[in-house]
Amino acid sequence: MSSNFRWETFVEAFPLVLQGLGLTVGLTFACFGFALLFGFVWIFLRRIPNKPIVWICTWVMEFIRSTPPLVQLFFLYYAWPVVPVVGVTLEPFTCAVLGIGIHYSTYIGEIYRSGIEGVDKGQWEASTALNFSNADKWKKIILPQAIPPTIPMLGNYFIIMFKEVPLASVIGVGGILFMANSYGASHFAYLEPLTIVGIIFLALSYPSSILIRKLEVKMNTRFDKNAVLSKSKMKTIQGMNLEGSDRIV
Amino acid sequence: MSETLVKDKKSSILLNSEPIVKYRDVTKSFGDVHVLKGINLDIHPGEKIAVIGPSGSGKTTIIRMLMTLEEPSSGDIIVNGTNLWKMDKKGLSIRANEKHLRDVRGDIGMVFQHFNLFPHMTILENCMSAPIHVKKENKEEVRERSIKMLDRVGLGDKLEFYPSQLSGGQKQRVAMARALVMRPKIMLFDEVTSALDPELVGEVLEVIRDIAKNDDMAMVLVTHEMDFALDVADKVLFLDQGVIAEQGAARDVLEHTENERVQAFLKRFRRG
Repeated sequence: MSSNFRWETFVEAFPLVLQGLGLTVGLTFACFGFALLFGFVWIFLRRIPNKPIVWICTWVMEFIRSTPPLVQLFFLYYAWPVVPVVGVTLEPFTCAVLGIGIHYSTYIGEIYRSGIEGVDKGQWEASTALNFSNADKWKKIILPQAIPPTIPMLGNYFIIMFKEVPLASVIGVGGILFMANSYGASHFAYLEPLTIVGIIFLALSYPSSILIRKLEVKMNTRFDKNAVLSKSKMKTIQGMNLEGSDRIV
Repeated sequence: MSETLVKDKKSSILLNSEPIVKYRDVTKSFGDVHVLKGINLDIHPGEKIAVIGPSGSGKTTIIRMLMTLEEPSSGDIIVNGTNLWKMDKKGLSIRANEKHLRDVRGDIGMVFQHFNLFPHMTILENCMSAPIHVKKENKEEVRERSIKMLDRVGLGDKLEFYPSQLSGGQKQRVAMARALVMRPKIMLFDEVTSALDPELVGEVLEVIRDIAKNDDMAMVLVTHEMDFALDVADKVLFLDQGVIAEQGAARDVLEHTENERVQAFLKRFRRG
């Protein structure tokens, strides 16, 4: 194993490691999408007016959050197939989406809950007074108010998940970490390929977090788009916020 | 009571009609607190009723139960001949489900103390959403009607504004337009001027006066504006410690009452 950083190795490994990027990004989107959907499942299960169901849900969520995602992945991949009756063998990719997706759905469910609880009680009462159906109350009144404020938080979880997705390499999903590892194993050179992995993650995460910060500013001023406030006044307000967040950057 | 109600031609017509809402021995407790202790009340079509009384006397609870925001602890509320909070199932009277409540409360509208406009919609969308999604009415027709209604409350030039861009008085006028577009037969007003700056109260009362004069729906107003109650209401209820302590024609209750508690309340009020 070479102990010095060699640019030739770096240049040779780069395209190989990059081949895994599509899978890493694809897996991130798949996991995130699954977690977004499954987060709603938790919310609605916990709102069922039935104590045992709520209790079981709360307990299961607690359990999922308290065990490491790595252990859950191993369990789903190696142990789940031999569980009697419900056990099935899963493809590595499917397994990764389920494992990481379900783990993060418990956090995302909490974010939804905070968003929903943030909606004023009067909004429920007004929609009852106007005789909206339960489905329409959620669709037209509550969720459109509950979700936008959570978007920055959801975005943060997207980045966190992006950084957790390499876990899937342990069950053989060939993302960039998996590629770097294979390169390292076959060439006895780990320093360069793993450095590349670090650079790729940095190059993608950092701009994303800046994007999310901008989104946050936009969400905070979202109901003032056709403002009575004169356009120029709006601009200075937004400008101030942006300046503020730029400084944090 | 019947003599006092027949104060003019209109009231005599009211009396001959079947009540649109009937409260029968309605009580409400929150835990150990007995807010209402047996309310009996008839609301006739087109009748304007003002509910007054000290805070904590249960005024708001009376109309919140009719709007199905609060369930009575006992007793019946009959709307258009149908029991609001109870329904029939195989001959048994059971607690109403959401579908039953939706069927019965369709004729009732409400305006809230804190407006409760939908902040993510323009004021025109606020008015249009319920007729379109709840009543499945024609969008163009609803649009026209909503614009007319917003015009009537003096906001025809602000259709595309969001609630956050309006003053409290303007918001409350939008809330009234939003309720009126649904064409309710009964409108409930829950202390609609209490959250407003004093200089904005007038514009809201003006709109209610206009509605009371020109629309034939029944109205129940929980209010602290005594002069306004005198002006608009056919009938005044004085609520004290969970019971209707006094009721009758507005002038009788507010100006010629012999009930000491009402006198004390009004005196305190006028002084304040």
